[in-house]
Amino acid sequence: MPTVVVAGHGMVAHRFVEALRAADTAGEWRVVVFGEENRPAYDRVALTSYVDSWDPAALALPGSDYADDDAVELRLGELVVSVDRDAKTVTTASGHVEPYDSLVLATGSRPFVPPVPGRDLPGVFVYRTIEDLDAIRAAAERQGRGRRAAMVIGGGLLGLEAAKALRDMGLSPHVVEMAPRLMPLQVDDGGGGLLRRLITNLDVTVHTGTSTDAIEADGSRLLARLGNGTELDVDLVVFSAGVRPRDDLARESGLDVGERGGVLVDATCRTSDPAVYAIGECAAVEGRVYGIVAPGYAMAEVVAAQLTGAAASFPEPDTATKLKLMGVDVASFGDAHGATEGSLEVAVNDAVAGTYKKLVVTDDGRTLLGGVLVGDAAEYNTLRALVGRPLPADPGALLAPAGGGAAVGVDALPDEAQVCSCNGVSKGALTRAITEDGCDSVGKLKACTRAGTSCGSCVPMLAKLLNACGVEQSKALCEHFTQSRADLFEIIQATQITTFSELVSRYGTGTGCAVCKPAVASILATLGNGHILGGEQASLQDTNDRFLANMQRNGSYSVVPRIPGGEITPEKLMVIAQVAQDFGLYTKITGGQRIDLFGATVDQLPDIWRRLVDAGFESGHAYGKALRTVKSCVGSTWCRYGVQDSVGLAIDLELRYRGLRSPHKIKAGVSGCARECAEARGKDFGVIATEHGWNLYVGGNGGATPRHAELLVSDVDTETLVRTIDRFLMFYVRTADRLQRTAPWIEEMEGGLDHLRAVIVDDSLGICEDLDAAMAKHVEGYTDEWRGVLEDPDKLARFSSFVNAPGTPDPSISFREEREQKIPVLLGIPEVRR
Amino acid sequence: MTMTSSWTAVCAAANIPEFSGAAALIDGQQVAVFHAGDGWYALSNWDPCSGAAVLSRGIVGDAGGEPVVASPVYKERFSLRTGACLDAEGVSVPVYPVRVRDGVIEVGSP
Ligand code: SRM
Ligand SMILES: Cc1cc2nc3c(=O)[nH]c(=O)nc-3n(C[C@H](O)[C@H](O)[C@H](O)COP(=O)(O)OP(=O)(O)OC[C@H]3O[C@@H](n4cnc5c(N)ncnc54)[C@H](O)[C@@H]3O)c2cc1C
Ligand code: SF4
Ligand code: FES
Repeated sequence: MPTVVVAGHGMVAHRFVEALRAADTAGEWRVVVFGEENRPAYDRVALTSYVDSWDPAALALPGSDYADDDAVELRLGELVVSVDRDAKTVTTASGHVEPYDSLVLATGSRPFVPPVPGRDLPGVFVYRTIEDLDAIRAAAERQGRGRRAAMVIGGGLLGLEAAKALRDMGLSPHVVEMAPRLMPLQVDDGGGGLLRRLITNLDVTVHTGTSTDAIEADGSRLLARLGNGTELDVDLVVFSAGVRPRDDLARESGLDVGERGGVLVDATCRTSDPAVYAIGECAAVEGRVYGIVAPGYAMAEVVAAQLTGAAASFPEPDTATKLKLMGVDVASFGDAHGATEGSLEVAVNDAVAGTYKKLVVTDDGRTLLGGVLVGDAAEYNTLRALVGRPLPADPGALLAPAGGGAAVGVDALPDEAQVCSCNGVSKGALTRAITEDGCDSVGKLKACTRAGTSCGSCVPMLAKLLNACGVEQSKALCEHFTQSRADLFEIIQATQITTFSELVSRYGTGTGCAVCKPAVASILATLGNGHILGGEQASLQDTNDRFLANMQRNGSYSVVPRIPGGEITPEKLMVIAQVAQDFGLYTKITGGQRIDLFGATVDQLPDIWRRLVDAGFESGHAYGKALRTVKSCVGSTWCRYGVQDSVGLAIDLELRYRGLRSPHKIKAGVSGCARECAEARGKDFGVIATEHGWNLYVGGNGGATPRHAELLVSDVDTETLVRTIDRFLMFYVRTADRLQRTAPWIEEMEGGLDHLRAVIVDDSLGICEDLDAAMAKHVEGYTDEWRGVLEDPDKLARFSSFVNAPGTPDPSISFREEREQKIPVLLGIPEVRR
Repeated sequence: MTMTSSWTAVCAAANIPEFSGAAALIDGQQVAVFHAGDGWYALSNWDPCSGAAVLSRGIVGDAGGEPVVASPVYKERFSLRTGACLDAEGVSVPVYPVRVRDGVIEVGSP
């Protein structure tokens, strides 16, 4: 069996193995892959997002360990050190010799570090691997207290990403760029000026048109001397001054290399030795090296095709780029600099709106060649796909501000237009997947065509294409309502309908079900319609809400009083203990920093609550789709590391949002310092204290699909923090789907976290005043639900096991003892095994 | 048609609001009485899918027009007319005759 050896296991090598294994249906090839890094190929394009979770698994590329594939041998942590082309073998650093029939070089690039004196000092880093980021983080944390600063050398795409990452780690970044503007390769002068302003607004200090002359050690800090005389006192330095292809194996084995480096290959990716190919960032295809992933993927496909007997050659690559920097839209595509003979430029520079847009067109003004978008890149996907094609409208009209402009729809794109450039998927291929293969959701389109699975910037286009093909992505809540939960929220808010029966008769059909009734009950409660058991509302509630307690497997209930922030006096602890003893309840400390009392019958519930309410307790809403707990750590009051009073804030937040009915439960946490003992980033909203205020993270959860919350705003004061959380929660309760927690809500939001930030921080929809007012109304209108039952004889009367025999206990409920406490005995064995 | 010889008064009809249920203890048997949009129904209170006597605490509504209650434990729906489970094949619960006389709900033997 012939062997193909792959040197390097990056994104492109992985794509090659996948493509070869898919094409090699006869199982002709054995594949041996050597990877220098200690982990299988991961999503380097998304490297900066590693800072959000510090979880390498979040960057994993599916299937990149080939665990189920016997034909592939993956040897990690093995650097290929030499190639013997005569013997057709490679040798690794550990001395292993592997013969090959074909060799594929996929060694990528290494960061370029210019010869600045001091570049080897501790505290100086590059930005390419997970390990690089881990090292930067460790250095940042070692520096401890005080406002920490960092310097990034290079103001290109990667440099700005690095600056964002450093900012997210709590450092103040400086970016130093030699060229007179940021992102000189992608953006022209007009866009560069605006970009600088936008980046500066993110608290990044920009120094352009200057070199870095030297870096010097200064105690535990670094002093950087810039060519323009500026001196920067920083904690660490990150080089991001470009990359160089790793072509050493080729050079040493006598293969041709490109004039400016890179393993020289022809359009079929073959080197000067027909048994050796090069793909990805290490390859110079007909002399040109590409620093982005899409051309690399195309090369991988080309080589895989040839090894399985098909003819293939490297297509005209798409080098469009979009900056993945929070809050700043920057994109360039095609011939952004107007290098084409006779090309014309049409630009609109709107300093007030903070947008700069330029299109490069052919001399007759009809064909799009390229463009630059700064400040608003909403049209990036469509425009990019139109490069080389006739414009659907006059270029001036296309650039006009939103609303007035002739926006380009997906309809305007021809079938051959590439919608996903990372994976080379055309509009035609997507349309076929939708109409012929029955892909009726974004998820299925991704799985079936690979579009949208790399940088993700084309995902909004996938949704638009589905719509354009007439695929209704059903939003129907259930058989009784064709509307989504968010639609119903708007309807109820606008019409001020207060009952389910009116809503279903006017906007739905039938009499409702266990899906729509609790959803509508939740909306009615959010909008403040009195006690959740008031009038008709009682019949809409799930049993837990109906009895303000959690139903257990034997039909008994549990009682969880609120213990805000987990702080409790010994006196109150004794009350809980006494109540548990008197009513014979099983007790357990929950995962939410409070105490659960189990095994109460319906009849006992009001008596238990009365005792608790009299002692100053209230409902903890353990039963509701509502705020559960705000978990806290001890914080600065006791903890020697704490920098803010996390318990105090947690209590304030828990009392502020208690009782807020929501699409799903809401959990929160507050940690007193970056050690994060409250696990705040595992919560729907999490707050972590900083020296200067608070960092707010949103969209985290535990449960079946754990996810870390992402940074929304940093270093804000308490007032700003609370206002931001108010808006976050109100926006969530209004627009999320039924049973959708905050993480999937943000994930499915068009524009994701950036959009969320625009809405609730920058008020891009102009709704913040409304959200603030709604939260103020909630806080003011809060009352304890248990007390509401105790004070109302009608509601109290419903707490009996049997209507015809009040006071008679339910004979089907009984208990036995285990570990000195009672536990339920199941009398009725279920007939249906689950 | 079931022939029912004995009826047991359960409670005033006003005690069970529309689209809700209540449990009654009749000769040691637990019966769930429901007030659906189109009238009164009674099923055994025992939920065969979970083994708990709780059907009366489920949400009452309809599935394609058929009046149903959804078990509060794992949400399986049962037809109020036939007792058949819509979500687990071959499973059903006993149905009781029920009537309202002078504002009082009465349940008959099954
Ligand atoms: C009591 C408690 C377990 C314990 O003894 O520690 C508990 C018990 C239940 N959890 Fe939980 N969860 C409890 C903490 C947690 C935690 C830990 C935490 O909050 O820090 C988690 C993971 C964190 C998270 O939610 O993000 C957790 C994730 C879940 C999930 C999965 C949620 C998800 O988004 O994937 C469910 C299922 C659901 O809600 O759909 C669930 C559902 C349930 C239900 C309500 C299941 C049910 O419907 O009967 C359990 C009710 C028991 C009862 O009758 O009281 N419980 N549950 C904890 C109560 C905390 C409290 O004081 O309110
Ligand atoms: C922060 C960041 C952001 C980026 N953003 C984007 C973006 O938005 N869009 C985009 O298209 N691209 C982006 N890129 C570039 C993109 O990641 C690369 O184009 C892509 O990873 C190239 O893949 P590759 O497989 O050719 O090389 P690499 O990913 O560099 O993989 C090469 C692998 O080979 C290993 N190796 C090297 N030599 C040997 C040897 N002799 N023996 C064994 N193993 C060896 C290396 O350790 C490495 O693991 C970004 C890169 C970074 C760092
Ligand atoms: S998070 Fe920080 S302040 Fe809170 S307990 Fe842990 S170390 Fe102390
Ligand atoms: S364009 Fe990057 S994933 Fe589609």
